[in-house]
Amino acid sequence: MRELTYGQGIKEGMRIKMLENPDVFIFGEDVGLFGGCFGVTAGLFEEFGEKRVRDTPISEGAIIGAAVGAAALGLRPIPELMFVDFATVGMDQLVNQAAKMRYMFGGKLKLPMVVRLPSGGGVAAAAQHSQSLEAWFTHVPGLKVVYPSNAQDAIGLMLTAIDDDNPVIYLENKTLYAVASQVEDEVKPIPLGKANIKREGNDVTIITYGKQVYDSLKAAEMLEKDGIDVEVIDLRSLYPLDTEAIFESVKKTHKVVIVSEEAKRGSYAGELAAIIADECFYECDAPIKRVCALNTPIPFSGVLESYVLPNADDVVQAVKSLF
Amino acid sequence: MKISNDTIIEMYEKMVKIRKFENRAMNLFAEGQFGGFVHLYIGEEAVATGVCESLRDDDYITSTHRGHGHIIAKGGDLKYMMAELYGKETGYCKGKGGSMHIADATKGILGANGIVGAGHNIATGAGLGIQYKGTDQVCACFFGDASTNQSTFHEGLNLASTWKLPVIFICENNGYGISVSQARHQNITDISQRAVSYNIPGITVDGNDVFAVFEAVSEAVARARKGQGPTLIECKTYRWRGHFEGDPTVYRPEGELEQWKKKDPIPRVEKYILENKVMTQAEMDKLNEKIDALVEEAVDFAQASKFPDVSSAVEDVYTDIVEEGRSR
Ligand SMILES: Cc1ncc(C[n+]2csc(CCOP(=O)(O)OP(=O)(O)O)c2C)c(N)n1
Ligand SMILES: [Mg+2]
Repeated sequence: MRELTYGQGIKEGMRIKMLENPDVFIFGEDVGLFGGCFGVTAGLFEEFGEKRVRDTPISEGAIIGAAVGAAALGLRPIPELMFVDFATVGMDQLVNQAAKMRYMFGGKLKLPMVVRLPSGGGVAAAAQHSQSLEAWFTHVPGLKVVYPSNAQDAIGLMLTAIDDDNPVIYLENKTLYAVASQVEDEVKPIPLGKANIKREGNDVTIITYGKQVYDSLKAAEMLEKDGIDVEVIDLRSLYPLDTEAIFESVKKTHKVVIVSEEAKRGSYAGELAAIIADECFYECDAPIKRVCALNTPIPFSGVLESYVLPNADDVVQAVKSLF
Repeated sequence: MKISNDTIIEMYEKMVKIRKFENRAMNLFAEGQFGGFVHLYIGEEAVATGVCESLRDDDYITSTHRGHGHIIAKGGDLKYMMAELYGKETGYCKGKGGSMHIADATKGILGANGIVGAGHNIATGAGLGIQYKGTDQVCACFFGDASTNQSTFHEGLNLASTWKLPVIFICENNGYGISVSQARHQNITDISQRAVSYNIPGITVDGNDVFAVFEAVSEAVARARKGQGPTLIECKTYRWRGHFEGDPTVYRPEGELEQWKKKDPIPRVEKYILENKVMTQAEMDKLNEKIDALVEEAVDFAQASKFPDVSSAVEDVYTDIVEEGRSR
């Protein structure tokens, strides 16, 4: 075992594949010498050179579009956008092109690309640099979506995502980049659609991913003092989704709280609730609860931002409301 | 073009105001007084000043992530700006926006923007609004060199030129988009060249020469007011600080910053003012002291102000709907 930060994990995943496969390459704004807006690609430019770690102009449409075109030729590009919020600028290339080309062309094309998108709030970056937009991507047939919460998963999911022959949206939480955790010496690829039970419990299931895994584990500890035994599931992969792990847990605990940082309305958390209601309604003995951000843009001022974003106390409150 | 002494003094005052505000903001950020992304305008003061001096109070501007200078030059109040940087309830945006999103509708400031390239189209829309209403106002659109690689640049200029909208496109070419130099982000050096493809005037000026900026923009404004359509004006300049506060600027070639510091726009005006007896040294000193006091007043105001009440977080999403809050 060794210690790695989340950011280093993301990098290691890319680096392993770049060493292994010359078709894997990175491009995006300031990913080269600068090392990326959050330092994730630091050192890769020096190691692999400009051909494989390339700075682009500020043109998110071209960044995603170029990845689509290159992937159509069989290469495995890893485009990076600085913030998930800028996906808006490249959304046609992602939603109408990357996600649909294979299907429209009757399965004749493969588009192996991994789009890296730093997400989430908590860094006083305000409304246009703090969003959690996973529902936009999970909504679009043709895209796979992953969201690691720690270094080990960051590596394992990246290895799989790069080898996947479909466009994979790789969401990263920007408050986690510097968070260190234990990592196996040789990390194995993590299959997409395989959740991780972070904590076993019998009384209530918390389903979450990304930064909220930490809030949920903290809440679980607080709840333990009140005698509530909490199970915490880190989804890791939002689509494909490990419905088996979810249903099994719900059948055991009969209570569900879903935690995400998205604005609640139209969230992926809502989709999870709907899936559980569809398949496990009679297993639930309390309403399915969602703990999310408020339905507002993310404000700048720290006092407002921490009010808008969900935290461990909110999770505790939601869980207690079920008992 | 004869520039009146009053105008010169006003421009000098604005440039010094921007410089002093930015220097103070830089130090306050370093002290940890506030967080977030802060992009400073130091070194580029002549651009915002020359542009806004050519505008009337009822004209509009769109700004960028590097917006403090634009806001000050268009008449923004230092107190409300500083309070916004602090995230206080008295700030321009009640603490919701921060450094990157300052706006003041009463001054025609349609907002600083965190999305690179968004302003090209918003300014074009303001131009459309002006044309539709039939007034002789104009909108100045500020944007960086690297933003001209967004598709919005083409879309905005194409629409504005085709519809002859009263927009002045002001490119602040400081040679970089974060770490990527102009030579590495586009295949041209003079962005004004692009005007050819829209059949509009395209001019490159020394962006550290406030008189040159003022003259070029004044002419473009006059054309726009007469319904003759947009102009693209490229102002070559340089930012002294990193892209944002905290940027280690590893990408800057040695000596480059020093070369540009020699072209500091402020001493150039001071020299002109003294040589042409627009003001005496004593008058200039007094003006500087007045601005120092204004900046300190802004800091005091910001520090003394309260943080917003959390209940305000769910307001302003809509004009009519207040979203649900939290029970914490
Ligand atoms: C759509 C979008 N892409 C990327 C960014 C990140 N970003 C912020 S400022 C900037 C560089 C802008 O360069 P330029 O337009 O030349 O303005 P300057 O910072 O030099 O004033 C980048 C890449 C952003 N804010 N929005
Ligand atoms: Mg620039």
